[in-house]
Amino acid sequence: MGAHAHTAHAGHEAGHHEHHHHEESFVSKYVFSHDHKMIGKQFLVTAIVMAWVAVIMSLIFRLQLAWPNEGFAFTNFFLGDKWAPGGVLDPNMYLALVTIHGTIMVFFVLTGGLSGTFANLLIPLQIGARDMASGFINMLSYWFFFLSSVVMLASLFVEGGPASAGWTVYPPLSALPKAIPGSGAGMTLWLVSMTLFIASSLMGGLNYVATILNLRTKGMKMTRLPLTIWALLLTAVLGILSFPVLLSAALLLLLDRTLGTSFYLSDIHLAGEAMEQTGGSPVLFQHLFWFLGHPEVYIVLLPALGITSEIISTNARKPIFGYRAMIGSILAIGFLSFIVWGHHMFVTGMNPFLGSVFVATTLLIAIPSAVKVFNYITTLWRGNIIFTPAMLFSIGLVATFIAGGLTGIILADSALDIAVHDTYFVVAHFHIVMGMSAIFGMFAGIYHWFPKMYGKMMNTKLGYAHFWITFICAFGVFFPMHFIGLAGAPRRYYNYTEFPMFDGVVDLNVVVTVFAIVGALAQVIFTYNFFYSVYRGPKAVQNPWKSNTLEWTTPVEHIHGNWPGPIPVVHRWPYDYSKPGKPEDWVSQITPLEHGEEEH
Amino acid sequence: MSKLLILIVVVLGILAVAQLARVYELTSRLRGKREEEISDADNRMNATLMWLFPFAYFGFFLWLVVKYGDKMLPVAASTQGEATDALLDFNWWILILVFILTNVLLFYFAGKYVFSKDRRAHWYPHNNKLELLWTVVPAGVLAVIIIYGLTTWSHITSPASPDAMQVELYAKQFDWTARYPGSDGMLGATDYRLINGTNPLGIVTATSIETRLAEIEQEIADAEAQLSGVLPDDQRHELQERIDYLGRMTARIINLRGVMEQDIKANGAASTYLHGADDVVTKDFYLPVHKETSILIRSRDIIHSAFIPHLRVQMNAVPGMTTHMKVTPTITTDSMRTYVMQDDKFDFILLCNKICGASHYNMQMPLIVTPPAEFDAWLAEANKKPFEAPATPEATPPATDSTATAVMAEHAN
Repeated sequence: MGAHAHTAHAGHEAGHHEHHHHEESFVSKYVFSHDHKMIGKQFLVTAIVMAWVAVIMSLIFRLQLAWPNEGFAFTNFFLGDKWAPGGVLDPNMYLALVTIHGTIMVFFVLTGGLSGTFANLLIPLQIGARDMASGFINMLSYWFFFLSSVVMLASLFVEGGPASAGWTVYPPLSALPKAIPGSGAGMTLWLVSMTLFIASSLMGGLNYVATILNLRTKGMKMTRLPLTIWALLLTAVLGILSFPVLLSAALLLLLDRTLGTSFYLSDIHLAGEAMEQTGGSPVLFQHLFWFLGHPEVYIVLLPALGITSEIISTNARKPIFGYRAMIGSILAIGFLSFIVWGHHMFVTGMNPFLGSVFVATTLLIAIPSAVKVFNYITTLWRGNIIFTPAMLFSIGLVATFIAGGLTGIILADSALDIAVHDTYFVVAHFHIVMGMSAIFGMFAGIYHWFPKMYGKMMNTKLGYAHFWITFICAFGVFFPMHFIGLAGAPRRYYNYTEFPMFDGVVDLNVVVTVFAIVGALAQVIFTYNFFYSVYRGPKAVQNPWKSNTLEWTTPVEHIHGNWPGPIPVVHRWPYDYSKPGKPEDWVSQITPLEHGEEEH
Repeated sequence: MSKLLILIVVVLGILAVAQLARVYELTSRLRGKREEEISDADNRMNATLMWLFPFAYFGFFLWLVVKYGDKMLPVAASTQGEATDALLDFNWWILILVFILTNVLLFYFAGKYVFSKDRRAHWYPHNNKLELLWTVVPAGVLAVIIIYGLTTWSHITSPASPDAMQVELYAKQFDWTARYPGSDGMLGATDYRLINGTNPLGIVTATSIETRLAEIEQEIADAEAQLSGVLPDDQRHELQERIDYLGRMTARIINLRGVMEQDIKANGAASTYLHGADDVVTKDFYLPVHKETSILIRSRDIIHSAFIPHLRVQMNAVPGMTTHMKVTPTITTDSMRTYVMQDDKFDFILLCNKICGASHYNMQMPLIVTPPAEFDAWLAEANKKPFEAPATPEATPPATDSTATAVMAEHAN
């Protein structure tokens, strides 16, 4: 596997030239690559494939919700006669689809895809390192991710269907195949897949932290790091601290399912039979799950916020406002994210006093979030804004972050949560604040760093069409859901026709579904633009966006070790845009400070 | 079919856009224009759209409010819900204000400060006063939100008063059952091992224990009779396991009987084991208006959630534990029909709000809120059909100081 291919980061200058003359086989270059740039691209392409699977799933259940119990050739095409006889979606499959849609989007697209792509691509390039601390572990991280994706997709084809207990897989539902068909082999594969995923995430995370802390180039102080790197650092730390807890939750669930233990089971009478397990608690699983689950929200969101900080500053041609406050708010969000998980559990019968503590800690997160929003807005103020597609998606992220963040204040307030818990209001909230914000960050990152990844340019016009359609559809899809939720409609319902009380709002489901279809079609534009540009896009120049950060000092063609000569030395922070007294409106980080020049 | 046509039109529309963009790209490439050079026209177009977008955005919001505002949940029909709604309204005013302010600033700046090569961005890396301002102001507002929220929360979740009526809601895939205490005003103990066709909630009484034991004994006898015949090995093995399992169940139920006897000896009439027989198990869910009720919630199989949207109350039903919520309805079903909804068919609905399987979407039970007099009449009628018809008058052993609920809680654990 070409394990000898490089030890590039060891010894920055000496001995580097031998490496990039080395001819690599197809396998070592494109498959089992140790090169962080290639691994980043592998994560990205896998995530795009997984995202399409999840998008198609969402279209299938959106069709059912808009036109309940009607047959659709589309549904039948993907699910066949077993799960969609006559094109009518089966209720068990409906639950399976919402479960796997959530799982794929949260873990495979917005965690693996987002962090995996941009941590790999950007960390060595932006801190000035030849590669990750361990290229081999980095490669393993991708291949565990790949395996995990394969297992998750394989679970779609087992008897009984894939896991169907919701992406949060609460036991006992997820523990008992007699309760729901998806809790059979499908659930076992889900747990296997997540175990592989967690291993991948840990290998990646440890590598990212080790690399950022140890391999920064000369002059790259922590206070000169681009905010992308700060965000990715905190993301990795959150992952390292929280994913093992999910692993333990998953292992205990596996034991309950296979060995008859009773960690989560007690006093259950199912299918005419009293089960023997006693003494466990289903609520324990929820504590363990959300101890990961809430930091996970920020694992998804922080990289997107980091990417946005970088892109807004670059394209507003203006330093990010309040660099240190931005770092502080990332740290505060990271810390607080560990002590708020109980806000997912206000109606589980948890002691009300404990609930109060979680209310307070959760609402505190609004403070660093508000700081970030105001800092973004102030960065735009009196800027000189260039509307690249990346910039549009970054501004879009700020808008979704505002809309979703504000409804979070309602949900964090336990008394209000009682009334809207597990309704469509929650669906609206987390899709906007986590789903849309993170995917906008991801799109922004792809458009911005595409030249760095592939040495080609994406089509800007298609980027505009992609952004505006996606942006409008994002609100078209998720904004009405607040209203459906405020009418009391629960999530994860196969249809709403059994309740006259929802008659007034069910036609909103049609609005939502139409926007969802158009929004999904807009992703065709993106996918076309992406793959077309990989092969036939115009060749990129070295620094197309006139950006200050180090990655744009590397050659367009990818080489092992990133810089052909010595690694450049960093002399300034990354946000010297439109600095007074400079001839250009940008100053690369490698430009030495002039005599008497203040850093910022 | 019409939907298919719509789909086709949409697909073609998108394809047309893609083709147009493609033509544009080719022509601009011919002119030697590079992708990263955003033309003034493009910048202006996007800046204009940035200004137009908030109109569409707020317009859509307004349209939703105007068209669907009255389709939202109507006025809360419980004292707990009234507190929730007041808190919600308070929060909405703050949030909508912030929503409009931040969005206006965001899109206004984005559209206004569009690129011009004759201009340079304003060098403004930080301003400690401003940053302090938008740390302290949100912190102050949030402090108010937190304090108000927690006050309401403690009002809603504080323990029900001791004389509140107790009602149990029992969840299983995919229906609800209610249980009312009989004339003794106290719910009896339960155990899931006693569940059978006639005892769906597993209420513990001396009789229900004996019935269940006899049932199991019969099943063991049947299985053993089968075993004595000629059977394939795997079936034999299966039967043997079944017999072992039933044996263990028997042992546990006998153990339960011992616990029951001890508890009765220790607590006398206060023992919850003496209060099951007259409980009313019913598919009708009635509550009296203006009276505080403590609802106990249990589940037979998996997690469900008891959600009554119109009363703004919700609590999970978790197997292996008893959860509680208190509610004081303020509007009767009749008043809702006549005055609030003006709909003769309106009903308060208890629905399941935690994913629980294929028919989760239809796990519901109507709730009837009536004036106290009507409720008492209904309950008196229901009491005529208790869980077990009284056979002999119960002895009244001396009362002790331990409370029934404590025993029940212990048992549930």
